[in-house]
Amino acid sequence: MPQCLEKYRRGRHLASVKSFGMSNRIQATFAQLHSKGEKALIPYIMAGDPTLAMTESLVLALEQGGADLIELGVPFSDPIADGPVIQQASERALHSGTTLKKILATVTILRKKTCIPLILMAYYNSLMAMGIKDFCANAVQAGVDGVIVPDLPPEESDLLYHAAQSAGGPVSIFLLAPTSTAERRRAVIQRSHGFIYYVSLTGITGSKMTDLSCVRQSVQQLQRTSRKPVAVGFGIATAKQAREVGQFSDGVIIGSALVRHIGEHHSAPTFLTDIQGMAQKWKSVLLPVTVKSSPRRKPKT
Amino acid sequence: MGIIPNKHGRFGQFGGKYAPEILIPAIHELEQAYRAAKESRPFQQELRDCLKQYVGRPTSLFFAERLTKTLGGAKIYLKREDLCHTGAHKINNTVGQALLTRRMKKTRIIAETGAGQHGVAVATVAAMFGLEAEIYMGTDDMERQALNVFRMRLLGSKVTGVNSGSRTLKDAISEAMRDWTTNVSTTHYLLGSVLGPHPYPMMVRDFQSVIGRETRKQILALEGRLPHCLIACVGGGSNSIGLFYPFVKDSQVQMVGVEAGGYGIGSGKHAARFAGGKPGVLHGTMTYLLQDADGQVNPTHSVSAGLDYPAVGPEHSYYHDTGRIRYTSATDAEALAAFDLLAKEEGIIPALESAHAVAEVVKLAPTMKKSHILIMNLSGRGDKDVQQLAKMRGIPL
Repeated sequence: MPQCLEKYRRGRHLASVKSFGMSNRIQATFAQLHSKGEKALIPYIMAGDPTLAMTESLVLALEQGGADLIELGVPFSDPIADGPVIQQASERALHSGTTLKKILATVTILRKKTCIPLILMAYYNSLMAMGIKDFCANAVQAGVDGVIVPDLPPEESDLLYHAAQSAGGPVSIFLLAPTSTAERRRAVIQRSHGFIYYVSLTGITGSKMTDLSCVRQSVQQLQRTSRKPVAVGFGIATAKQAREVGQFSDGVIIGSALVRHIGEHHSAPTFLTDIQGMAQKWKSVLLPVTVKSSPRRKPKT
Repeated sequence: MGIIPNKHGRFGQFGGKYAPEILIPAIHELEQAYRAAKESRPFQQELRDCLKQYVGRPTSLFFAERLTKTLGGAKIYLKREDLCHTGAHKINNTVGQALLTRRMKKTRIIAETGAGQHGVAVATVAAMFGLEAEIYMGTDDMERQALNVFRMRLLGSKVTGVNSGSRTLKDAISEAMRDWTTNVSTTHYLLGSVLGPHPYPMMVRDFQSVIGRETRKQILALEGRLPHCLIACVGGGSNSIGLFYPFVKDSQVQMVGVEAGGYGIGSGKHAARFAGGKPGVLHGTMTYLLQDADGQVNPTHSVSAGLDYPAVGPEHSYYHDTGRIRYTSATDAEALAAFDLLAKEEGIIPALESAHAVAEVVKLAPTMKKSHILIMNLSGRGDKDVQQLAKMRGIPL
């Protein structure tokens, strides 16, 4: 993907990319946003819900609307960390015949059209079934940038970590929770590349966030101990919440609210424009306060 | 053989802690609390007292004379876990974990149940210890085990139906894990089998090992020698590991675990993980798992709700791969025939789960010498299954 890398090598953002010490598209994107004073909009969609062809269009529509990175869920029959909205999306995706292999094929197609960082969110058994080494090699080849495995804590991640290192990707992104101890925060910070995924609540995806000040405190504490970007997810459903969380985090992940909309409205004629509009609305609250213009400004060249 | 599991909760390559980050601190807390309790004399004394006074231990080791004669081979003993309070071995573990819950100063317990035996055992100890309990059960299982649903509610527990996935045990576990994730500070997840993330497989095994320890003492007193063979059914695998574990180092003792063969292995509709599964990760542990080529968990079938689960305890996977335990299966039809046989020969109505072990006794005992001793774990009584059986046979009750 030479043109993708080129995009980030242009201009003055190179210095900040280097400051993260990595060359991955995820770090590059965060560095670029950081330099512009923006926060990352990270939508989550379930790959294959309702079809993989639609996933392809959704990724492009979300990017058009202003998404900075995109998480693609890999459907699994027994998603223990997910609430009913994502569970049902998972069932719809499985029903449409979605597999990890087909998702990687979709990513390969998408990579001809977009450079947006793509992160897979998959349960460990899906990766094991492909073989951890094969998964890493195939993911890198397809153009996947990162992987989040909700049932893989850092202490069980050696196999994935080493396989990813020798394949040259994808980077692992680990989750931190309000219940995580200081010791665990250190382990996650060390093993997480790209960004740290802070789970804003004690619960499953799609629950309601209750205590914003606690989230702020934890995120700021993380930012003091690590230079890695911190994105917050679980429980962010509205632009108002996105704005609040964006004030202190480096990125905002929106999953269930978006997935619910996809589940209910994917056959509407204006569906893709609506999705683009939703992304636009979310992104608009993650821009620097002084700017009130278009959703996605071109980086200065 | 080294100590298993190791400090990471590994039985060889199996086991581990494949749990969401939110749960890891609670899992560590449980691990520490359990280690401390294991060393604590007052805790162990209280556990022993509870097992004796409340559960009714030791359960007897019964010589099944008529069955032995009918099958015409090895001398058959039944370890009578069906005589435990609530009618199955499950309470050995729930008493232990309820005491632990109190030690951790948690006030609420949650659990999953398949056949309802574990659910009833949880509801029972919740009542006795004054804990709030919520039990998750697949709606399909609620239908086939309606009696146990009613029992749990009588005991004051909340029973919540799970309508997702296959609406059986695996979905009940997923839902219980989600509840735990949400209420982790007040709630202990009282897992009912040797499944889930470390320390559950080790802890549940330890609580169930009372079965094997008693059996060992009893058979030495009765026969003056160790048995030649042990047989038990394997769903998650807690009654079997409970019987087997205290004999694992006695290499002359053969062990056979019996999985649910459903409509037969060839039909694909079964729950025989060692016949049709391969290593994978489900519900926090790495173990043999019935799954398709893409890693999606396959639907299972068994006439017995308690064996109807796509994964097996990681320690069993370890013994399977090392060859220490032989695993086989019994079909629905074989289990149902064995159910009738035990009822008519010995006046004992076994649980459908345990009937799978009886089916293996029927196959194995005649091939053994008359001087050989075979011990089968009669893990539960079959009262809960009577209604289902009547329905299957078209008899209105």
